[in-house]
Amino acid sequence: MTTRGRCWTFGDNIPTDRLVKTKYVVEPMEVIVQHVLEDLNPRFPLEVAAGDVVVAGKHFGQSSGRAIAVKALRATGIGAVVAETFARTFYRNAFEVGLPVLELPGVTGLVSDGDVLSVDVAAGHFRNETTGVERQVLPPDAFLLDMLEAGGLIALARSRPELFEDRGAQR
Amino acid sequence: MGRTFAQKALERASGEKDLVPGQIVDAFPDLYMSHTASWRCIRTLERMGWPELYDVDRIAMVMDHIAPADNAKTAGYHALCRDFAQRSGVRKFFDVNAGIAHVVLMERGLVKPGEVIIGTDSHSTIYGALGAFGTGVGFSEITATWVTGKLWMKVPESIRVEVDGPLARGTYAKDVMLRLIGDIGADGATYCSVEFHGSYVEAMSVSERMTLCNLAMEMGAKNAFVPPDATTRAYLDEAGADPASYEVLLPDPDAEYRQVERVDGRSLVAQVAVPHTVDNVVPVTEVAGTKVDQVFIGSCANAKYDDLAIAADVLAGKTVAPGVRLIVTPASSRIMAKAASDGIVSTLLAAGATITNPGCGACAGVGGAMADGEVTFSTANRNFQGRMGSYHSRIYLGSPATAAATAVRGVISDPQELLA
Repeated sequence: MTTRGRCWTFGDNIPTDRLVKTKYVVEPMEVIVQHVLEDLNPRFPLEVAAGDVVVAGKHFGQSSGRAIAVKALRATGIGAVVAETFARTFYRNAFEVGLPVLELPGVTGLVSDGDVLSVDVAAGHFRNETTGVERQVLPPDAFLLDMLEAGGLIALARSRPELFEDRGAQR
Repeated sequence: MGRTFAQKALERASGEKDLVPGQIVDAFPDLYMSHTASWRCIRTLERMGWPELYDVDRIAMVMDHIAPADNAKTAGYHALCRDFAQRSGVRKFFDVNAGIAHVVLMERGLVKPGEVIIGTDSHSTIYGALGAFGTGVGFSEITATWVTGKLWMKVPESIRVEVDGPLARGTYAKDVMLRLIGDIGADGATYCSVEFHGSYVEAMSVSERMTLCNLAMEMGAKNAFVPPDATTRAYLDEAGADPASYEVLLPDPDAEYRQVERVDGRSLVAQVAVPHTVDNVVPVTEVAGTKVDQVFIGSCANAKYDDLAIAADVLAGKTVAPGVRLIVTPASSRIMAKAASDGIVSTLLAAGATITNPGCGACAGVGGAMADGEVTFSTANRNFQGRMGSYHSRIYLGSPATAAATAVRGVISDPQELLA
């Protein structure tokens, strides 16, 4: 779960409406992905490359719980999102669809747009290769890391059905 | 140590004891709501190879976001959902005529105190108005829950909000919430359970409680809660919920809260969220006189019966200002029927309103779009840039009374000036 790539910076309180506008929600992913975050940085959907890292301020992914916003961000090929904090629905949806995310307080002060970053979500490790700054935080819960490793909730349910076998316990 | 509502609700749904904030548990929700996004759940189920469903009676589907269908593609999505409901025996299926999912399920007795309810909609926090634990999740999570019956949940910390009343004239639940969101910010309650208490909350109708719990999402809440009381029971009885089918869960008096927030309703003035964030809140006096092109009275926050009645009170015998479009979208067909039989619909029509079919309407981007440079005053819960048409348009948020007063004057106005 490590990635290395260009840093794309965004601000505080970015709503999912900004990631995928309502008018694109029902479009196929190959259309949606061409418009991700375009209002905030028109170059992002055009130039983002596999392994790049999105760095944001507090409460990233607020507002609508549309999971399609996380799917679209993952479809751009980015390797991770690192933010000061995440909105709850975005954070859940990230694990659900298999997009590595890391909460790192203070991260916006550690990067400039265009820096090269290395992030290991499973280890909770962050390094700005351009400046040499490193940080270590607690990684996400092991159960959530399992979900990420599998590629999301549905993939986990298919690859490890035993995790879901006690159905009926509460019926 | 006493326990909060959230601790008790997740203990009930997980079968575990003595849960503490931060702990992750497997909860077995009582109801899984999916709206127009149900088609994504069905496609995901298909990818899983159509496994057996855990309990089809816990599935609720409401076609509210794009209703009726606006093109062949969305019509196809609706058809997929209808087909699935028919084949799988989903009895809690509500078609494009019903209205906004949250309101439809609550008014039909399908949301009950103490239950854990998940929905493919961030405003699922609204179920707290009836003492349930409602929270938004993604569509794959709904699909997984269809199959396994369970979902991971982190036990949240709780925030206690005390609202004292009665509210000042011309102010409503919406003003209370905008003030609170303005005070603590769009991320002020992130991941928290928000409990509403105090003399004003106790005196509120269920509809007003819906407005509180709905808007709690706009400060990042995981769920919201109003303690069920005689008002709740009367609502549930009328909705047809059997009292033997639910258990009221109340927080202990010595429960532990991360913080306590107070709103003094007696000194409140009408509040407005100005572009382009919900926590950018000012008293109406600061933006009074701002010209608008459109007024939207709709959404799960403020298009319930009493919201329409308040708007009609302000608009009775008056007309919408020249050049202004007033769009009214009742939250549900039942609300629309009652408003029609009580004369509210004709009052609004006489004033010059466009009344649309019940549903999410303009709040979900269907109808009511703005051109470049236009301004809408809306009773909905979000004002992000570009949410209603042009990226170069602006949305202000406020109560139905402020919206109606603004429609009459053509500029943002304090409703106090128009209330009889």
